[in-house]
Amino acid sequence: MKLKLHIWRQKHAQDKGKMVTYEVDGIIEDMSFLEMLDVLNEKLIVNGEEPVAFDHDCREGICGACSLTINGIPHGFEKETTICQLHMRHFKDGDTIYIEPWRARAFPVIKDLVVDRAAFDRIMQAGGFVSAHTGGVPDANATPISKIDADKAMDYAACIGCGACVAACKNASAMLFVAAKVSQYAYLPQGQPERKKRVLNMVAQMDAEGFGGCTNQYECEAVCPKGISVAAIALMNRDFLKASLTDAS
Amino acid sequence: MSALVRFFQSTILSKVVMAGTGLVLVLFLLGHMIGNLQMHIGQEKMNVYAETLQHLGGVLWIIRSGLLLFLVLHIIASIRLKALNLSARPEAYAFKNTVKATLASRTMIWTGVMIALFLTYHLLHFTIKATNPQFGGLVDAVGRHDVYSMVVLGYQNVLISIVYIAAMVLLGYHLIHAIESMFQTLGINHPKYNSFIHRLSVTLSLVIVIGFISIPVGVLFGWIALPAGVVAL
Repeated sequence: MKLKLHIWRQKHAQDKGKMVTYEVDGIIEDMSFLEMLDVLNEKLIVNGEEPVAFDHDCREGICGACSLTINGIPHGFEKETTICQLHMRHFKDGDTIYIEPWRARAFPVIKDLVVDRAAFDRIMQAGGFVSAHTGGVPDANATPISKIDADKAMDYAACIGCGACVAACKNASAMLFVAAKVSQYAYLPQGQPERKKRVLNMVAQMDAEGFGGCTNQYECEAVCPKGISVAAIALMNRDFLKASLTDAS
Repeated sequence: MSALVRFFQSTILSKVVMAGTGLVLVLFLLGHMIGNLQMHIGQEKMNVYAETLQHLGGVLWIIRSGLLLFLVLHIIASIRLKALNLSARPEAYAFKNTVKATLASRTMIWTGVMIALFLTYHLLHFTIKATNPQFGGLVDAVGRHDVYSMVVLGYQNVLISIVYIAAMVLLGYHLIHAIESMFQTLGINHPKYNSFIHRLSVTLSLVIVIGFISIPVGVLFGWIALPAGVVAL
């Protein structure tokens, strides 16, 4: 399989960057998208050129490191799939592919296709946790949680924090990410004591990082590799409104 | 004051302002549309309705100021959010693509601007009576302000009718995304009610648009005719 690639090349954070066209040959349909880029990089290294930098880690769709926008769609067009799990069998010989980094003011490009997602870490530090006593392990069933609530919490906890929601949103809004992190605790008794403070602090940090607002187009949900529902955003809006009106501190 | 500042500081609260003011404006549109449908009943009914509204006096001005306030808040919040959203992505994608964003949702700011322009014209036309002053001073047989004939004479101008019809189609486009979004922004999202909310959004938008459009269309097709004694200029 032979492909024409338009790839964003940027030497460092201050570099202006531009789209560069490459041709890559010998791509096998069983390769993942990242393996296709590996082939390109080997060729670039042999030619004495700088290989294309891109984030990747587990390459099995669970770590949230890979972050490529393929033809304008974060993680590509396969539903609930990270780019590392997108295989070349979905492409045809002679295809032209545009590969760009996540685009957001809050996710500055470090190099080529690698962006700095520390903004997500700072949002988590603002409230994406529960405070618990250390020490002895609590009894297994000391805190009963209904299966339905446990499942809902788990659905939101499936978020791998890749940032595709931000990349897909025309406003570069982080609402789906923050909402997933807020909602995963909203269904659990352990999340209740800090519930109001959590949503207020995480939303404030989200705004401070320079993410945009939600315009309810649900592109985030459409590209989310873990299928996080925008119902989380409604829950966060509800909690935020409630907390804004009733938080005493 | 600090509460208001806080409202506009957070993106979510700005959106709550959008949704809350939007809700009031949608309810106003529904009421305005139902009131206007009396054009289909006849001159007597319409003019009595208009006179009743005029006789509200101070209350009418309270309602008008309230609506203006909500409209201004709606516009301020939208401009603030738009500016914020634009600045959140300084570098655009070379390859632009969407998966499921509807055209209506992607053109809200533009349909909004068009509606604001139309609203200005509409107020100049029928409320301030600046654009067609010759129809503004009509009175009916019992001496009431003849709103009915003013509207018919206005819409008999095909160009004016087209402007009104086109504006209402854009309004419908705005509403179809707006009404559904309002629920989500206010935190109402439940698998049990989501399909109802979607149907409500589409139906309400269609009812408002068709209701308003039925009047210029009625005039153009002659279902709503001038009463005896009033002649077209």
